[in-house]
Amino acid sequence: MTKLAEYLIVLLAGLLFGIGLALSGMNDTKIVQGFLDIFGLWDSRLIFVMLGALIVTIVVFPLILKRKQPLFGSSFHLPTFIKIDRKLVIGSAMFGIGWGLVGYCPGPAIASISYGYWQTMVFIVSMLAGAFICSKTTD
Amino acid sequence: MVELTFTDFTLAIIGGCFIGVSAVLMLLFVGRIAGICGITFSLLDSNQVKKPWRWIFLLGLILGPMLVHHVYNLPIPEAPTDNLPLLIIAGLITGFGTKLGNGCTSGHGVCGIARFSTRSIVATITFMIFGFISVFLLKQVGGF
Repeated sequence: MTKLAEYLIVLLAGLLFGIGLALSGMNDTKIVQGFLDIFGLWDSRLIFVMLGALIVTIVVFPLILKRKQPLFGSSFHLPTFIKIDRKLVIGSAMFGIGWGLVGYCPGPAIASISYGYWQTMVFIVSMLAGAFICSKTTD
Repeated sequence: MVELTFTDFTLAIIGGCFIGVSAVLMLLFVGRIAGICGITFSLLDSNQVKKPWRWIFLLGLILGPMLVHHVYNLPIPEAPTDNLPLLIIAGLITGFGTKLGNGCTSGHGVCGIARFSTRSIVATITFMIFGFISVFLLKQVGGF
């Protein structure tokens, strides 16, 4: 019963995430590239999307993390690694380049599957291949 | 600069709040970070593939936009670039980079910053700066 409730909540969370991306225009690669085009015709929308999300998470996350455990499950699964290392910076830099080239980050790419564009599928398959290569070549 | 209409602005803020609420639900109920890379790439790991919640989250992520465009009658975005090598290269380095850096816009940008994680703040600033550089260079070679 708890498992079913957990899955329904996860489905709802996925739905809300996808609804949020679609409503805010973040599934539109032109809008995202417009945000990254700071020396050109800059589109500020992505900043407001991040602000909207952060207003909620910054206020509520600390309240949740006061708890000993989540409502379903025995412990929080949070990253424990805190060191700023070369992998973090190089990886994020690579992601930034890829993000700018097409205008997709992983979330919007997957959320755009239902639009039925072959370009989206090529991007996602390449992205999975990139992650797979990374996991096989680095430790 | 693009002049945003009031609707653009409102939908951006409201859409952002939806994403924030999604992250809150995941943390409060399941104790997990709503990071799309982490959730998706774990499915490539044979030890993780049997955990159904990741598939269920991604199913919601795919169905959500269908719901919006259907109910709200919002126009569907145009297709991304049809430059095949560019799509493949961008996909490969996005996948490799987010795996290496342990996160993307959702995991680092939305959830990590809310936990005041220094790693996530560094990651977010880094991918933003390189995103700016990437689009700048793309415009120089005329692809955008």
